[in-house]
Amino acid sequence: MFSFLRAKGPALSKAERYAQATQLQLTWWRFRRHRLAMISGIVVALFYVIAIGADFLATTDPHATDSRTSYITPQPIHFFEDDGSFRPHVSGLKGVRDPKTFKLIYTVDPNRHVPVDFLATGYEYSFLGITTTRHLFALRDPQRGDGIFILGTDQLGRDVWSRLMVATRVSLTIGLVGVTISLFLGVLLGGISALYGGWVDTVIQRTIEVIRSMPTIPLWLGLAAALPNDWSVTAVYFSITIIISLLAWTDLARVVRGKFLSLREEEFVMAAELAGASTGRIIFRHMLPSFMSHIIAAVSLALPAMIISETSLSFLGLGLRPPAISWGILLQDAQSIQSLALAPWLLAAAVPVILVILAFNFLGDGLRDAADPYG
Amino acid sequence: MAETPILSVRNLHTEFAAPEGTVHAVDGVSFDVFKGRTLGVVGESGCGKSVTARSILGIVERPGRVTGGEILLQPADGGTPVDLLKMSPWDMRAVRGPEIALVFQEPMASFSQYYTIGNQIMEGIRLHMGLSAKAARARAIDLLDMVGVPQPARRVDEYPFQLSGGLRQRVMIAMALSCDPRVLIADEPTTALDVTTQAQILDLLRELQQKRGLAIILITHDMGVIAEMAHDVAVMYLGRAVETGAVKDIFAAPQHPYTRALLRSIPTVMAKPRTRLPTIEGSIPQPFNRPVGCAYHPRCTEAVFAACRTEPPPEVGVAGRNVRCYLHGGLPGARA
Amino acid sequence: MTGAATLLEVNGLKKYFPIRKGLLRRVVGQVRAVDGVSFAIRKGETLALVGESGCGKTTVSRCILRAMMPTAGSIKFTIAGSTVDLATLPRKTLRPLRRHMQMVFQDPFSSLNPRMMVGDIIGEPLLINGMSDRAARRKRVLELMELVGLPGAAINRFPHAFSGGQRQRIGIARALALNPELIVADEPVSALDVSVQAQILNLLLDLQDKLQLTVLFVAHDLSVVKHVADRVAVMYVGRIVELAETEALYHRPLHPYTEALLSAAPTPVPGAVSQRIILERDIADPANPPPGCAFHPRCRHAEARCRETRPELEEIEPGRFVACLRANELALRGIAAMTGPAL
Repeated sequence: MFSFLRAKGPALSKAERYAQATQLQLTWWRFRRHRLAMISGIVVALFYVIAIGADFLATTDPHATDSRTSYITPQPIHFFEDDGSFRPHVSGLKGVRDPKTFKLIYTVDPNRHVPVDFLATGYEYSFLGITTTRHLFALRDPQRGDGIFILGTDQLGRDVWSRLMVATRVSLTIGLVGVTISLFLGVLLGGISALYGGWVDTVIQRTIEVIRSMPTIPLWLGLAAALPNDWSVTAVYFSITIIISLLAWTDLARVVRGKFLSLREEEFVMAAELAGASTGRIIFRHMLPSFMSHIIAAVSLALPAMIISETSLSFLGLGLRPPAISWGILLQDAQSIQSLALAPWLLAAAVPVILVILAFNFLGDGLRDAADPYG
Repeated sequence: MAETPILSVRNLHTEFAAPEGTVHAVDGVSFDVFKGRTLGVVGESGCGKSVTARSILGIVERPGRVTGGEILLQPADGGTPVDLLKMSPWDMRAVRGPEIALVFQEPMASFSQYYTIGNQIMEGIRLHMGLSAKAARARAIDLLDMVGVPQPARRVDEYPFQLSGGLRQRVMIAMALSCDPRVLIADEPTTALDVTTQAQILDLLRELQQKRGLAIILITHDMGVIAEMAHDVAVMYLGRAVETGAVKDIFAAPQHPYTRALLRSIPTVMAKPRTRLPTIEGSIPQPFNRPVGCAYHPRCTEAVFAACRTEPPPEVGVAGRNVRCYLHGGLPGARA
Repeated sequence: MTGAATLLEVNGLKKYFPIRKGLLRRVVGQVRAVDGVSFAIRKGETLALVGESGCGKTTVSRCILRAMMPTAGSIKFTIAGSTVDLATLPRKTLRPLRRHMQMVFQDPFSSLNPRMMVGDIIGEPLLINGMSDRAARRKRVLELMELVGLPGAAINRFPHAFSGGQRQRIGIARALALNPELIVADEPVSALDVSVQAQILNLLLDLQDKLQLTVLFVAHDLSVVKHVADRVAVMYVGRIVELAETEALYHRPLHPYTEALLSAAPTPVPGAVSQRIILERDIADPANPPPGCAFHPRCRHAEARCRETRPELEEIEPGRFVACLRANELALRGIAAMTGPAL
């Protein structure tokens, strides 16, 4: 994966390898020593792998409801039969009548084993234009109500595991898209602010201060409430992303402006100017590469903030709305103490939120430390 | 010099665990500090002079640690010297300030920006001397007056950023002297200052020493400052004291090839205009890449023994000083 | 050196920085960093600009290179028989002229882009000024590296692999790449260790002889200056107080500030200190300089008129300029009066 970082050509001595190491290599070497950040990087990467393969990892259609399979307890996949042979299976469900209400409900039947196949066919989904029915694992021949409920089901009988997978995709991409938008705004406005100075700088800086002085939750409340109810899931998704990033760019703009101003004072920038370099060359050859690493670090610290924003908005019912699925929406299901007492597995969505936020923060810290070779 | 030293550093070792390997920042340094005298510790970057000072005060920052040697402090009432390296961190707090005080290079960075200088001076006084707030304030004003801060009664209520670099360094000295230490360690006290201000501060240090019999350890890279201030000198190169002796002897007849070359390569106002200086070839090696044997041998024009490249020379007494160079004896196998 | 053509003539140079305050950033005052500086540099000579922090020496050098726009005054630069005024030239016209004057920086760490290889750093001025052929550029870079004493193998290395002294050599090679007429060296050795300082000073002397360079050497240290300068200009709070041939200035200073500066310079001779003149107080604030002679509050020779009349820089002897009302009456001490034998 990092083959581009290795020295090209014949083997060099250790000292020479260091002498010819680019800043990227040096940063990577320093980052590698930062164990917590390395682990966090792997965790973050795994989460994005899940985001890409969310449907593939899901077992049951995350939107399919069945009121009779509500609140099934988590069902582990057993890999071995009682006789010790390798035959992955889950326990089947059986329908029983509730003795009081005479309603048909399903409970786990440990005696009936439903075989599980890997890379098998399940419900149909399409992702990035590919429509397929392939899943990592699926039931061989399910009867009505059967399913792989690794994390149990919710009140409406939807599989929590499958919903969590899809929610991961939504929540993580909201972070990415949001950061991309705020990065664009931040670099543009921060750069303009630093480059032109004078009243342009003053106006942009005051705007940033005004935006930052507004309390975020009420502002989100207002903006989110303004979204029409009849908008499609996608439209709401993008609106929420834009709302979040409209507030988040201010931090990045400040980082960019500060870095720009300090770099302009660097003597190597002045040397290029004195050699007759054009403004474009100074910015793109000397200044941008120098604060790329800082931006990457700033971004990896901004991402978790985005994710948290989305999660809290949706949790409060102001962000995405069902039928959209995100971590916030999953946690919304776990809002009442009753459902928690009845089905504590609904809290499962909190685990990835905590994990990802922590991992991003450690990763960002590690990147920031590694990116500053002389500071 | 039959007098016993106030502070005696014996075979001090301090190491830093860097990713590139262990750095022997201080590697067997010994010297004595006497009442009313100044010991100049001089050397270029990476020679370990500042780490030596920090080791004495027990404030070496991680990942560094003192790994060997003795730092013997003579108690004020006579008696047997105590080894500071064997003291608990708690007991060391009673040494820093009342016994040994430190003046840093960068006076701006050594102050808190949020308290008045009076507050910062009084803090140490009240902590160590147990004076009342009123008495401590009076003492702070006295101290500022003593170090030549004009209008001390007004200045005591100012913040560090309101002072010029020279005044800040004076306040720093006042703070260091607030608990009447017997030893003052000044780590590059004038490096950040202009020449005319430097002259003022050096003059102040000399005057304070005469008045109070202070023992001063002056750490600097500037041989000119050493010539002006020090009675004794320890010349350091890459963690070792290569030559230790009286200032007059060392400047008049340096014995170590490094001292000799260093003294020759210093620019001076006495030189003829536009004259080339004798140089020391090469550059100072990285501290984690210190040459084996005598650390100076790759740059030395006089390295003649095979041992120079294999084993560090021991300290030998020559012409009233200690020198670490095989030219003056100590060759392995030739020991008497 | 006299008789050589003038390369650069600075006249009445001023650079004021506005002090802004409040929400609307209104100008409430001015820092007179450079307040009427005039001097000339002859072709092939080294003029040193000496002074303590805040005296304006760096600002003067940046104005000459037009890294800053001067507030007033003229900077006449004579190149290939024609003279241009750098102080008023628009940026576009200025760009092709930049190759004739280059700078060596103080900080060997911040002056080299850590993301570029040594070869690219030295070759950048060549590339910018139209040498687009890679092979030709490489050849010239190797030539320059040899000139400043760097091994050719270093061409693919990054700055982080070098010590301060070697980095300064890289910076010098970059400055020489375009064969400039004028080199502005801004404290080129003050960040270096003593043993390396001498190497760089010698290199500068050699290069100057070899390439007929004209050098403006900015420094705070009179001892370093003694080794490189033909003439020395001493600055105090935005103005030149004395300008003379090096030998004459060191032996018989005419301005009390020069005298104090000389006597404060640390000398590696034990005991030399007894003759020291120690100035009272701090350097004046360029935002609020004292009336009359800016040096009068610290001057031990000051009289009543020094507090009222500001002395102008005058040539009181051939080649000796001084800005002091009492220049003709005072007998000041030079280096000969300092104890200890000459080294």
